[in-house]
Amino acid sequence: MRAEDRPGTPHASITLLGPQRTPRVDAVLRSLRLHGARTAIINAGWQEREPEDELLVSLTGGNALNLRLWHRMQEVWDADPEFDAADRQRRMVLEEMQDLYVIALDHVISALRTMRDRVPRSPEVQQLALADAEQIMRQIDQRHLERVNEVHADFWGRWPPHERRPVEVLRQQISSELADVEVVLVPGGHVGVLVGALHLFNIAPQLRVPIVAWGAGAMALTDRVVLFHDRAAHGPSVSEVFTSGLGLVRDTVALPAARERLEVSNLFRMGVLARRFSPARCLLLDERARVDIPPGSGLPDDAPVLADDGTPTLLERVR
Amino acid sequence: MSVSLPAQPMRGTTRRRLAINQFREQEHRDEAAVDAFLRGRQVPIIEGAKCTFLFRGHADEVHLLHRIVNQPQRVPLRRVEGTSLWYVIIELPFGSRVEYQLELTRDGHTVQGNDPLNPLVAHSPVGSSSVCQAVGYQTPEWTQHDPEARPGELHDLHLPSKALRRETTHRLYLPARFRRSSTYPLLVVHDGDDYLNYASMKTVLDNLIHHLDMAETIVVFANPGDRTREYANYAPHARHLVAELVPHLEEHYPVMRRPDGRALMGASFGAVASMSVAFRNPELFGSLLLQSGSFVFTDIGNDHGGGPAFDPVVKFMNRYRARPRKIADRLFVSCGVYEPLIVPNRSMVPVWESTGSTVRYVEARDGHSWENWRDRLRDGLSWIYPGPQKFVYE
Repeated sequence: MRAEDRPGTPHASITLLGPQRTPRVDAVLRSLRLHGARTAIINAGWQEREPEDELLVSLTGGNALNLRLWHRMQEVWDADPEFDAADRQRRMVLEEMQDLYVIALDHVISALRTMRDRVPRSPEVQQLALADAEQIMRQIDQRHLERVNEVHADFWGRWPPHERRPVEVLRQQISSELADVEVVLVPGGHVGVLVGALHLFNIAPQLRVPIVAWGAGAMALTDRVVLFHDRAAHGPSVSEVFTSGLGLVRDTVALPAARERLEVSNLFRMGVLARRFSPARCLLLDERARVDIPPGSGLPDDAPVLADDGTPTLLERVR
Repeated sequence: MSVSLPAQPMRGTTRRRLAINQFREQEHRDEAAVDAFLRGRQVPIIEGAKCTFLFRGHADEVHLLHRIVNQPQRVPLRRVEGTSLWYVIIELPFGSRVEYQLELTRDGHTVQGNDPLNPLVAHSPVGSSSVCQAVGYQTPEWTQHDPEARPGELHDLHLPSKALRRETTHRLYLPARFRRSSTYPLLVVHDGDDYLNYASMKTVLDNLIHHLDMAETIVVFANPGDRTREYANYAPHARHLVAELVPHLEEHYPVMRRPDGRALMGASFGAVASMSVAFRNPELFGSLLLQSGSFVFTDIGNDHGGGPAFDPVVKFMNRYRARPRKIADRLFVSCGVYEPLIVPNRSMVPVWESTGSTVRYVEARDGHSWENWRDRLRDGLSWIYPGPQKFVYE
């Protein structure tokens, strides 16, 4: 499918940032001439800490409105137990699908490692076998994402959100709140919760102003959310496709805090990761990273990405 | 199977002469010199792989007692001539943690106790021991109180048991921010009070949950009555957990009602009890966390050398090994390489794997002790009930 044929909404400029432990959002907004502009905050990924947005509001210049998507989502569940139960059932199915998909991925990764570590009689034959295994991985990823999308489509088909009164009411409120904003901030947090809230309230078509996002927020804007954590307490885990994002940033796998969360020096792992999602690019959003995507465009030349051999580089060097 | 050995074995030894040898070579050695030697020193003295154990005092003989398997477990100390200082040097690999005591013989009387020069002590239900932390060992920070971590709550849970014909007293851990509208996985811990008192398990749970390493979990710290009987493959114990405790929890608390939301855990005999309950109730528990399990078995005959308490265990294990079957989808198994149970634990890994279970097996340079079990909790708990860390991106 050509990029221009794919679903999605033409967007205004998007700025993706690295982690904001030392906040630079105010400087970024100033550089965009949006400091003090009417700002919408979508921090549903913070879950119950969603209201704790004082610092963020102050960084915007004070003229900010929190859309409170997480709290509004709780209101929906409380007001519509039938819808809530159906959603829980959907999440349970997705959770099991994810578990089984990861088991399959683990085995392919293990096979890749075994084949790589084997002393080859013919390096060419070994490379072919490795490429085949990577292809299997890509197929598993793709099939998993399709199945996830099918589950979501089936859910929305059986439970049309516009027919659920609480959803409809809140969607209208959110639309009117978004009507006069000039910039939207989407910080990090729990990416599953954030993407769920964005989909529930159908936010994507309404994002017609510049967006500044980081962490889970950056992931949610892409077409494919990939979970990754090489430094989990129980050891490196396989990176896993989780769900579709809003698709505003295309052909991109956002990797927030990549150097903290990934074994970036392990070129084998990074190479597999990069090739697995090719032609999409793995975007490294480390501390102080800033990637400005002009309206309607893809990643800029200076975007930090993984090359196919796993080396961190700039996009212009691998185009 | 995944064996995680302690990181980075020690290479070579210290090039400097050991402190004790420098002291022995001093020309003037008297009690004042011993005072000066000991002043400000941490005992045992750790110099690379060499650990110098010391005793100061009047004695006819001094022995170091430890329980490192396949090593002499009663090691004599030598006196430094002209002084009341005794010493022995033992080599311990990188990352080792060893519990020990000293045995003194004086005027025909022998007493055993902790090392008076070493303030580091580990506690257990049977008393305390001195601790030698070799080079490379560090007490994990997640075992220490973290003021940032919101604490969960512990409640007493008294439940009359028809199966056990006694009143049971368990503790119930509810994670911080517990909400009745959520559902939580359930973990039942054998020897519950011991895990709380000697393995800091409440602190560990608070920290792991706070750092998103572990899912928010409802934990029952279950306590035995007659432990030796109840934990050695005892049907009434399994009935209590399955027909009394779990139904009670499902009725009164929002616990998940499916196998992957139920786990059992225990150490030593508690691991046997966990395995036995899962064996008797296949497909009820999705995960087991087994630490230094007393999985004693015999390949020929019944002479296991473990004493009568192990008879029912050996019978159970022999029967299981003859016809293994899946007891849970996922097993986390850990054992110390210095304990005699390392052999049966290693031996059981392929047996469990042969049944289709996914087994994660971890070893440590440690012994049959609560601090060993404490130090493996993050590996185990974050694996059986992973936290939401992979979903959270700053």
